[in-house]
Amino acid sequence: MLNDVTFGQYYPAKSFVHNMDPRAKIVLLIAYLVAVFLADNFFALAAVIVFLILAVIFSRVPFGSVLRSVKMILFIIVFTAILNLFFYASDGELHILWQWKIITVSWEAIINMIFLAMRLFLLVMGTSILTLTTTPVALTDGLESLLTPLKWIRFPVHELALIMSIALRFIPTLIDETNRIISAQKARGADFETGGLIRRAKAMIPVLVPLLVSSLRRAEELGDAMDARCYSGAKGRTKYKKLTFSWRDLLGLLVLAGLITGIVFLNLYLGGKFAILNYFFAS
Amino acid sequence: MEAVRFDNVKFSYREDGGEFAVNGVTLSIEEGQFVAVLGRNGSGKSTLAKLINALLVPGSGTVSVFGMNTADDKKTFEIRKSAGMVFQNPDNQTVASIVEDDVAFGPENIGVPRKEIGERIDFALRAVGMEAFRNATPSRLSGGQKQRIAIAGVLAIRPKIMILDESTAMLDPRGRREVMEVIKKLNREQGMTVLLITHFMEEALQADRAVVMHRGEVVMDGTPEEIFARSEELETYNLTLPRAAYICKQLQAAGLPVANAFTAKELAEEICKSLQKG
Repeated sequence: MLNDVTFGQYYPAKSFVHNMDPRAKIVLLIAYLVAVFLADNFFALAAVIVFLILAVIFSRVPFGSVLRSVKMILFIIVFTAILNLFFYASDGELHILWQWKIITVSWEAIINMIFLAMRLFLLVMGTSILTLTTTPVALTDGLESLLTPLKWIRFPVHELALIMSIALRFIPTLIDETNRIISAQKARGADFETGGLIRRAKAMIPVLVPLLVSSLRRAEELGDAMDARCYSGAKGRTKYKKLTFSWRDLLGLLVLAGLITGIVFLNLYLGGKFAILNYFFAS
Repeated sequence: MEAVRFDNVKFSYREDGGEFAVNGVTLSIEEGQFVAVLGRNGSGKSTLAKLINALLVPGSGTVSVFGMNTADDKKTFEIRKSAGMVFQNPDNQTVASIVEDDVAFGPENIGVPRKEIGERIDFALRAVGMEAFRNATPSRLSGGQKQRIAIAGVLAIRPKIMILDESTAMLDPRGRREVMEVIKKLNREQGMTVLLITHFMEEALQADRAVVMHRGEVVMDGTPEEIFARSEELETYNLTLPRAAYICKQLQAAGLPVANAFTAKELAEEICKSLQKG
């Protein structure tokens, strides 16, 4: 029942994006998210979409895999889109299409809805390109390296990165374990499929308790195993994997810098997202 | 040279010092020896193992590894570098989600330079015959393969002693055989001192020496053949003979003139001999 967890959904391939430095990819993602929210008219949004499509092409990940990541939050997108469509309020002028009691549908609301939905789509797809092309290990290495400056304020960067990578490493193990416990409880007559939400939640307690107990035992054994392998914190530790910043990363960052500059100019010269309405309702 | 020495060691998990898990053990293991430690559950054999690499420190008496006292905090690191340990559950001793990163964990901890870590990974994976799985994900491997990776992770630290704490207990027969092959090879070809904690009597036959523990004490110590020749005594410690040895015993009791045999192959030869005679 838990086999469709897409977390850590690495898609192995050899590509331009796969070969990029994880640090560069994390920075790129942050800049990309800024670009998504900066884009305030249809042309700027189109520019972001073009960038995303290019990123997918250069990552050699099938488009379907990227789209699949949206499936998880499709409900949230539809839900917020509907709310925005019917309950959009603004201090500015509204071109009303339809009105019933407190529900108002206006051209502004439609445009706002499109932007909101598009931004959520772009956000999730961009993030999934990162997780599809970067192994969890590389991701934590990249984060550790990017957070290094925080060591100056005694923030435990190495420990945090290690905790993250161990957590990622234990996800499949704990999923196996959960499935095993569920089967064991089913064999003893536990019922997970019928009843209301509360009853089903209650039925999970006999699964969660043994899972917690066994996780604590695992943690203790892992601690012993790490001790036995001479782990003693970040001090005096070396790293096997070296991150290298290459021309690919520079190129990627330059393209994105260009994208953000372009979006800023498009916003300035073509106006905000509602400017298009002035064109239609000029009279 | 003496690799491990126990001097009248007592250890209790309880604060008040009652119920000794290890009760007055005196033991000496020579470098290059392959020692099997046998005993039923709760006999103190795992505690014995953890006392060697300073995961536990004795309540009284001393444990020393190559002359270093495990009670000395400053030596803990050096002791763990020379005495590596593989645990029972392969899932609970892997730290990384890629084989080579996991094998690199030990060398990284002891500050080995990057280039040498690569060489050590090559060496360790070759030693356990897993070089083809360098970039694999441990969670997708079989139990025996996972345990070989765990052994590689310890080997990469280049220890002189390898302690295996029931490392074959959770494996299927094939995985058990794989791991035993690797251990025997390490002992034979690299002179690794091996301490194999197990409750599989067949595995003890591969060792040079077997030590039987019961209620925290060493009650028998000798070559596996000597130990298994004393089957009545073994039974009082709730241990059984290896299957072939048991059959051999039954045949002798039934009057077939066979000499003591411990493995299936030996037994087969003995039976053939006795049949030719008769």
